[in-house]
Amino acid sequence: MDDLLAARSQMALSLGFHIIFACIGMVMPFFMATSHYKYLKTANPIYRDLTKAWSKGVAIFFVTGAVSGTVLSFELGLLWPEFMLHAGPIFGMPFSLEGTAFFIEAIALGFFLYGWGKFKPWFHWFTGVVVGISGLASGILVVAANGWMNSPSGFDYVDGKFLNIDPVAAMFNDAWFTQALHMTLAAFAATGFAVAGIHAFMMLKGKSGDFHRKAFTIAILFGAVAALLQPISGDISAKDIAVRQPAKLAAMEAHFETSKSAPLIIGGIPDEEAKEVNYAIKIPGALSFLAHGDFEAEVMGLDQFPEEHHPPVMVTHFAFQIMVGLGMILVGLSLLYFIALWKKKSWQLKRWFLWLFVLATPLGFIALEAGWTVTEVGRQPWIIYEIMLTKDAVTPIPGIQYSFFIFTAIYLSLTVIVTFLLYRQIKAVPESLNQKRDVPAES
Amino acid sequence: MLYVVIIFLCLSLLMYVLLGGADFGAGIVEIFTPFSMREKLRDTTYKTIGPIWEANHMWLIIAIVILFVGFPPIYTMLSVHLHIPLALMLIGIIGRGTAFVFRHYDAYQDDMQKVYNFIFTYSSFITPFFLGLIFGAAVGGQIDPEAAGFYEAYILPWFNLFSISVGVFTVAICGFLASVFLVGEAKRADVKLVVVRKAKLFIVFTVLAGGFVFASSLIDEVPLVELLLTEWITIGTLVLATLAMIVLWMQLRSGSNLLVRFLCGFVVTAILLAFGYHYFPDMIITKSGENLSVFNSAAVGKPVETLGWALLIGSVFILPSLFYLLYSFQGDKEINQANG
Repeated sequence: MDDLLAARSQMALSLGFHIIFACIGMVMPFFMATSHYKYLKTANPIYRDLTKAWSKGVAIFFVTGAVSGTVLSFELGLLWPEFMLHAGPIFGMPFSLEGTAFFIEAIALGFFLYGWGKFKPWFHWFTGVVVGISGLASGILVVAANGWMNSPSGFDYVDGKFLNIDPVAAMFNDAWFTQALHMTLAAFAATGFAVAGIHAFMMLKGKSGDFHRKAFTIAILFGAVAALLQPISGDISAKDIAVRQPAKLAAMEAHFETSKSAPLIIGGIPDEEAKEVNYAIKIPGALSFLAHGDFEAEVMGLDQFPEEHHPPVMVTHFAFQIMVGLGMILVGLSLLYFIALWKKKSWQLKRWFLWLFVLATPLGFIALEAGWTVTEVGRQPWIIYEIMLTKDAVTPIPGIQYSFFIFTAIYLSLTVIVTFLLYRQIKAVPESLNQKRDVPAES
Repeated sequence: MLYVVIIFLCLSLLMYVLLGGADFGAGIVEIFTPFSMREKLRDTTYKTIGPIWEANHMWLIIAIVILFVGFPPIYTMLSVHLHIPLALMLIGIIGRGTAFVFRHYDAYQDDMQKVYNFIFTYSSFITPFFLGLIFGAAVGGQIDPEAAGFYEAYILPWFNLFSISVGVFTVAICGFLASVFLVGEAKRADVKLVVVRKAKLFIVFTVLAGGFVFASSLIDEVPLVELLLTEWITIGTLVLATLAMIVLWMQLRSGSNLLVRFLCGFVVTAILLAFGYHYFPDMIITKSGENLSVFNSAAVGKPVETLGWALLIGSVFILPSLFYLLYSFQGDKEINQANG
């Protein structure tokens, strides 16, 4: 394993790990605040218990997200010092605002978690809402920084020097909005379906039906609305990438040759040597339509770019297919849920219905990881698109593979522990409901 | 605006050492507490640092962001030449943060607690040790941007007596902060007795570790002692810190919580101030003598300006709510009563 590959793997691993925890930590406060709102309105203790149960999840995920985010802020320098030397001042604006948002989130979380019975109920509720809003803001800001790597702006690049830096222009780069929109919806869809799936499972096991039904309903409403909106955001992203990063789109679609009326390629195995795709379904003209809104339009292929600047086609294409495929499954399930909500109430208690959602538990997060793979691998070999190559940014220190192995071990053990903790948390819910109905629960 | 940014950088480092340090210290104190008393001490620790510990941690992130946005050459030089201790500190941060929450939020209080406690206490020790070591290495003068060999470029800058002594000193300071802070929090007489004893122990540690820093600077030929002794501001500050330490020792058992805490914070602030003044404006002392300072390493033009504004605006939101948080959860106010 050479140092560049090791550094890339470590970054991918850290990001991949962080994204899951950050998304849950960003979205679950909204579930928590919704349930808390219902409790304040109805005074139904089930909602109070649900709010408390979820707030523990939020705490665990927030902290895991926060520490893995801290690790990332160091890893940017530890792994890509040459990149940070130049990029830091340019794309630092969203990071400095994110620091503020994150700080507020941490403070609000302190108020919320330890504030039961200590503050006026609506102030306490408000601190929970602040956790959600500031978390969401910090997520969007970090994605804006990533958008800059895909669409560098806010500086003049003259003779290898970065001049006339404008951090505000860099923050509002061309990619920030489409990426932030897509990411936010993905976070809500993935977390909504994951949480709903877990509670559906508990319903199937016949535990504390009312509690889990209420939890399921809140989570799936957020998840389903986001999942239904996601294709619209995906379309905006595709049209944007077609103009801004045609090489990425070509890799996503395994579109090797520039052509008019380009077909949409579904599935298939790209052969990077022969520059063709085998065993794929091709819909004539559909790619031209999706990318440019016209069935006849010309879509740039990889042949327009020098070979050494091609992104890895196989990985990008597969990741894209996985993301879209899973996204479509979630759209289907969302429609099914809304049908059940309005027309077929009886479905909601059927075992097959609940099982569908149990099986969908991980799908959103797999789609999310696949989506990030498309964004990041599809940008290669550039770390700053068409400005700086990833291989020119990597740290000079040798032996990065050892660092990669150590961090892999740490992240694996953290994943195991968090899963274990959540399992115990969920297992404990019915017990606490039965025993502590009127006893103050531990805050 | 550059001065605004510099002030925020110093402030966030100071706050991280004070608040984050007290936080790490809680874990360090636990290592030096007999097993029979740990349970009770832990309860006190939870109630004290539980609501604020995550916010404490944010100061580090603010400092890092200020470094890479405002002073990128400093951030990258530290990242490259101190890669190994930085990575070790990160492992400590991961272990500590997660273990603290795991042990608090685990639905069952069983044998897993032993695992979390082990991770929590030892990573509480590792993190400030490497943090201090990195401080020491930055000003120790062993970083050589021209070095070619692995040992010279990536090991030697931090693997030396001076850096290690600063690391040990930082650990002692964290234990000192935490134990003095906990004195005010301990409600039960037996816990109070333990904590007062720990506080005295850590005062002794801090003084010894401070001596170790000076001794190692002489051995490693870091020009610390002779320079410190020629600047009247640093001498004055250090003398005041020493006096405060003596008063603190005498007031520890019976003095008011506020006074004791103030003195403790004052001692640490004074020590940081003395060293900060001594090195200002340099952040990294290199072997070649071409030091990186907050002036020659600052990003040019707009980045620093926007960063300054972001920090000013951010602090309008952060500081009042942070103080309200600290105020709401400190001292005698009962936290765990009357749940909704």
